[in-house]
Amino acid sequence: MMTDLTLAPDLLMDVVDLKKHFPIHSGFFGRQTGAVRAVENVSFQLRKGETLGLVGESGSGKSTVARLLLRAFPVTEGRVTFRRRDGTLIDIAKAESADMRALRDEVQMIFQDPYSSLNPRLRLLEIIGEPLINKKVARSEIEDRVAELLKLVGLRPEFMSRYPHAFSGGQRQRIGIARALAVNPTFIAADEAVSALDVSVAAQVVNLMQDLQDQFGLTYLFITHDLSMVEHIANRIGVMYLGRLMEIADTASLFDRPRHPYTEALLSSVPQPDPRANAAKKRIILKGEIPNAAKPPSGCVFHPRCPYATDLCRQVEPPLEALTPGGNAVRCHRAAELTLAGVR
Amino acid sequence: MPEESKKPVIEIDNLKVHFHVREGIVKAVDGVSLSLMPGEVLGVVGESGSGKSITVRALMQLLPKSGKIADGRILFNGDAGKVTDIAKLDRQSREMRALRGGRIGMIFQEPMTALSPVHTIGHQVMTPILLHSQGGKREAEKRAREVLDMVRLPRIDEMMRSYPHQLSGGMRQRAMIAIALACRPQVLIADEPTTALDVTTEAQILDLLKELKAELGMSIIFITHNFGVVADIADRVSVMYLGNVVETGRTEDIFYDPQHPYTKALLNSIPRLGAAKQHRLNTIPGMIPDPFNLPGGCVFHPRCGLASHEDCRRIYPPITRIDDQRTARCHVVAEAIKARNLETGSAV
Repeated sequence: MMTDLTLAPDLLMDVVDLKKHFPIHSGFFGRQTGAVRAVENVSFQLRKGETLGLVGESGSGKSTVARLLLRAFPVTEGRVTFRRRDGTLIDIAKAESADMRALRDEVQMIFQDPYSSLNPRLRLLEIIGEPLINKKVARSEIEDRVAELLKLVGLRPEFMSRYPHAFSGGQRQRIGIARALAVNPTFIAADEAVSALDVSVAAQVVNLMQDLQDQFGLTYLFITHDLSMVEHIANRIGVMYLGRLMEIADTASLFDRPRHPYTEALLSSVPQPDPRANAAKKRIILKGEIPNAAKPPSGCVFHPRCPYATDLCRQVEPPLEALTPGGNAVRCHRAAELTLAGVR
Repeated sequence: MPEESKKPVIEIDNLKVHFHVREGIVKAVDGVSLSLMPGEVLGVVGESGSGKSITVRALMQLLPKSGKIADGRILFNGDAGKVTDIAKLDRQSREMRALRGGRIGMIFQEPMTALSPVHTIGHQVMTPILLHSQGGKREAEKRAREVLDMVRLPRIDEMMRSYPHQLSGGMRQRAMIAIALACRPQVLIADEPTTALDVTTEAQILDLLKELKAELGMSIIFITHNFGVVADIADRVSVMYLGNVVETGRTEDIFYDPQHPYTKALLNSIPRLGAAKQHRLNTIPGMIPDPFNLPGGCVFHPRCGLASHEDCRRIYPPITRIDDQRTARCHVVAEAIKARNLETGSAV
């Protein structure tokens, strides 16, 4: 393990200049002809016990970031300093596979689609108890633990002998949460965990996640495209666009006064369950679509769609600049001069 | 247009659609009544399993083979004053085929699966025109270019020759709208047209639909599970739960003065952007019941906070008229209205 890692005492994780490039192979010999730059220089910090929301449209790289933090695939470049339960620090980006196996007791994930993320051939006992089976825990102990986990997520212990098909979407998402909790993790990445659920059920699952956070002091990375939901659950929010973190701020600041034009456009696009407010609001309609991550635009990647773009924006990519000592930062040349509209 | 000449374009009356499956009968739509006035957008909202998609599929005679219209009428009032009961037409009949894609256009949720991957956009827009009009190929091509331009797609020549996989999600959805509009339909059915899109693209498509409605004077049935979208686009809203419309009213009334306990509970459980932070979201207790084993009486009573009335458990609530625009299916609402009418009656 490396010894030169440092981490402020209130932090759980520090992500520095994270990159993930997926190679593009083409031609007869399958030579690499380019790369999809899915994640490009993403940096943020996770405090112990907080929920960091990560929002952005499809193709923005938010799911890839979560998967990199769990090392679902190799990191191209960057550093992810993580504080382990025993207090030691480890760089997840470079961890050996033996270290990574041990780390999976501490970092876990909840997936989006409750239908495809549970093996239909396994009973709940095997699905939820799998990490314990791997650790060769005694059978009776596993059953007790699974029963306890099922109760924790609001399901009946007798369900452990059933198969996933017997459950509704909301119940399956609870099973996914129970599985993530089985190893007592400190960090959970929830990738669109409630996006596939109906509103009344999504509210139940979000409440459950918050209760569990209070109970176990969990730290969440909550990935979603639903801005109203992320405003409810997150302490801080990062906004991604084309692999870059465009803005990161505490929830109140982001919704009161966004600092990046993309954040402003996103906030203004969300139709509200409030007809009068929708009619009164001047909506910013962005032109065009999110560009191809294999051929990103020059300068600031948002400039072709940005209503405020200047020549500088077309030529030079802005850095992620800190705004407050609390960690709010923005990647925009004009952040200091623009006054953008929030939603509060 | 004078008020009295306004007749609904589509009038669905007590529609029942049953699915015969191995495990028994699923009453997916169980007595739905709704009407679409000329030039309006009717939003139909509900959670999954509420029967909103099945209702419009019955209207298009596009039900899966196991689904049958068991009862009810679907009246379509054509331009020339001709009234057709779609529920009685055969799905393959000449009359139904003239309506489907001709007088009534439809756009679907997933633009990638709804479009043919092996035909060009030009071909797919021209197909309904060739089917429904007498003109030849040249005229069809001219009309296809017109509608592609109407949905604000760029570079029409290139677009005519493109395949769906070459387009982005938003552009595919525009192409699908172009296909639906190709034959100048009187009614457009939009089944979750923005659900698969990102918010900024969704905003573009909602804007386009509003502009097209104003330009063409179409009537639109807009199905969605998203209350934000319905608040944005609809003039009137029908809220569905478990195969029935529980409440119908003007959009403002539904959002600012909901009457049915389900509408109230649902609106309460949505987090609102920029609202004061609550620690917990309000939820509706329990979950949507098993379709094979529906509760007796009012289907919402096991989850309803107001189901104090004995009738809630025993009798399926009839439609109560609240005012000239609003109706609800609820015993509690019915009782309140009765009390109100007695009061005003005695005052006069």
